[in-house]
Amino acid sequence: MKKIAFILASLLIPGWLMASEGHVHLEKANVNLADQASLQKGARTFVNYCLNCHAASFMRYSRMAKDLGLSEEEVTKNLMFASAKIGEPMNVAMPRNEVKKWFGTVPPDLSVITRARGEDWIYTYLKSFYLDPSRPTGVNNLVFKDVGMPHVLWELQGYAEPVFAEAHAGEGAAHKTVVGTKVVKPGLQTPEKYDETVHDLVNFLTYVGEPSKLDRLHLGPWVMLFLALFAGLAYLLKKEFWRDIH
Amino acid sequence: MASAPIEKYKTGLLGWIDARFPLSELWQGHMVRYYAPKNFNNWYFFGSLALLVLVIQILTGIFLTMNYKPDSAIAFASVEYIMRDVNWGWLIRYLHSTGASAFFIVVYLHMFRGLLYGSYHRPRELIWLFGMVIYLALMAEAFMGYLLPWGQMSYWGAQVITSLFGAIPWVGESLALWIRGDFVIADATLNRFFAFHVIAVPILLLALVVLHIIALHEVGSNNPDGIEIKKTKGEDGIPLDGIPFHPYYSVKDIFGVAVFLLVFCGVVFFWPEFGGWFLEDNNFFPANPLKTPEHIVPVWYFTPFYAILRAVPDKFLGVVAMGGAIVMLFLLPWLDRSPVKSIRYKGMISKVALAIFSVSFVALGWLGTQPATPVLTNFARLFSVLYFAFFLLMPIYSKIDKTKPVPTRVT
Repeated sequence: MKKIAFILASLLIPGWLMASEGHVHLEKANVNLADQASLQKGARTFVNYCLNCHAASFMRYSRMAKDLGLSEEEVTKNLMFASAKIGEPMNVAMPRNEVKKWFGTVPPDLSVITRARGEDWIYTYLKSFYLDPSRPTGVNNLVFKDVGMPHVLWELQGYAEPVFAEAHAGEGAAHKTVVGTKVVKPGLQTPEKYDETVHDLVNFLTYVGEPSKLDRLHLGPWVMLFLALFAGLAYLLKKEFWRDIH
Repeated sequence: MASAPIEKYKTGLLGWIDARFPLSELWQGHMVRYYAPKNFNNWYFFGSLALLVLVIQILTGIFLTMNYKPDSAIAFASVEYIMRDVNWGWLIRYLHSTGASAFFIVVYLHMFRGLLYGSYHRPRELIWLFGMVIYLALMAEAFMGYLLPWGQMSYWGAQVITSLFGAIPWVGESLALWIRGDFVIADATLNRFFAFHVIAVPILLLALVVLHIIALHEVGSNNPDGIEIKKTKGEDGIPLDGIPFHPYYSVKDIFGVAVFLLVFCGVVFFWPEFGGWFLEDNNFFPANPLKTPEHIVPVWYFTPFYAILRAVPDKFLGVVAMGGAIVMLFLLPWLDRSPVKSIRYKGMISKVALAIFSVSFVALGWLGTQPATPVLTNFARLFSVLYFAFFLLMPIYSKIDKTKPVPTRVT
């Protein structure tokens, strides 16, 4: 009894401690790698808006064409601006040392960014730019404070202003913190349409993060089925042998 | 081993081999005429499963080595090359990365079985010691292997662990420098860790596994009752409660392998990151010596010891405590003074002590993954004290504890 009581008490401790942690609320990206139309739209947004500064140097155009159900001609014509050959990876031509001067940092390679940051983080990040005159780019970001990246998708989303809330830090005076954003100058897309664009882009980046994910998800059930049958047979074999043991 | 003489082949190919090599002797001595207690329960699957995982790691490791580049400039990219451009590379890599965690899961369960049924007791002290050295070698293997993907956690984890050597008085700093081959983790470190990970430690591991099994087959297996089956033999000299390992336990272990692979492949195919526990998010950022991550967390299998390290305010004493936590396990055969082996016949104090120890170990493991806030550090201190109390007080409580009578035959 004592043992059980102790184990139960110990199980409660972590839950109670976790409750005190604070997080930036991340919106759900709801990634769906089976949605090929979304992946194609995401690829278009990616090569038009991201691939000028960010590379995805582990991702080959030819692999993307195959996985996204596009022909190599379609990709060469519509999605390849920076590279000459279909078998090449998605590199950028921007000079590294110059870039550092322009943005204060080298834009990271986006090949595995969704695996590092998480899909929801990228989704929320791309929706969380707000006007901030104190920044050289004119914008700041809710989930990545003082980020060097400008709001590249501004012509789609438009510009948003920060929404403030009063916060009390200890005994000090109340100060304002940014808790959300509100579009004040509309862009080419409605907020709903912009959400969809970002969703498609994150969907595509998730695919880029692990192109073999669809392969493994397709193969997985067959492996499990085989192993289940194998386990069943192995159990029957074991039972048959063990009949003479008492 | 059985008392009847080994039957050798006289003719044919096997006869030819038997005249030159003890093939029949090995096969019969270790399989057909190795008598294991008939009352093994599910805890006894984890030894053979550990061997299976070792084989998985070695085979997948060979194929990874064919495309991996131990060069700090391209190591990270070569892993992604394996994941994308190498045929079935993603499967080989996930089998290997999941195998690392699976190895520790089965080894921890295997060790816990030893604690439950007193498998370290006389005459099995050497089996336990060989096993503990395997565990040490496994930790070294895992630690050095984790540097190879050259992500942020690889880099900074290795940085933290190697800097621990710097806490040793007088020689510490030079020792850490000697281990890294540079002032920080760098290309030289990656290259030498690669050498240790793919050649040196695996050879050691394989040799130790052979010693572990030879020692086991010399004295025979323990069982959930903690009874020596060799004490009750039939007229033919075979233990009455023993059954030939082959075919009885070989078929049983095949079933265990199937169930294990179901779970293992479930992770490999559907959840290879395992929520950041097997493949950490931060390790998808390439190593950057100029950017320290906010929380540097070792992989889960090291976190109990990491929590003990952080619980001690002084760095050097923390290292001593961490090392001491592992030394305690080595001393177990001599700390336990109980007249019985199995938890089934031990008294309440031993049962409660083992429960407290298990909870402490898991709690420390969780605390090691969390930022060291003052509250959590105090919890880590509490559980560290309980961890050590389990071992240091064992000579007393295992002796005064009221035991139940042990039957002469297995149940």
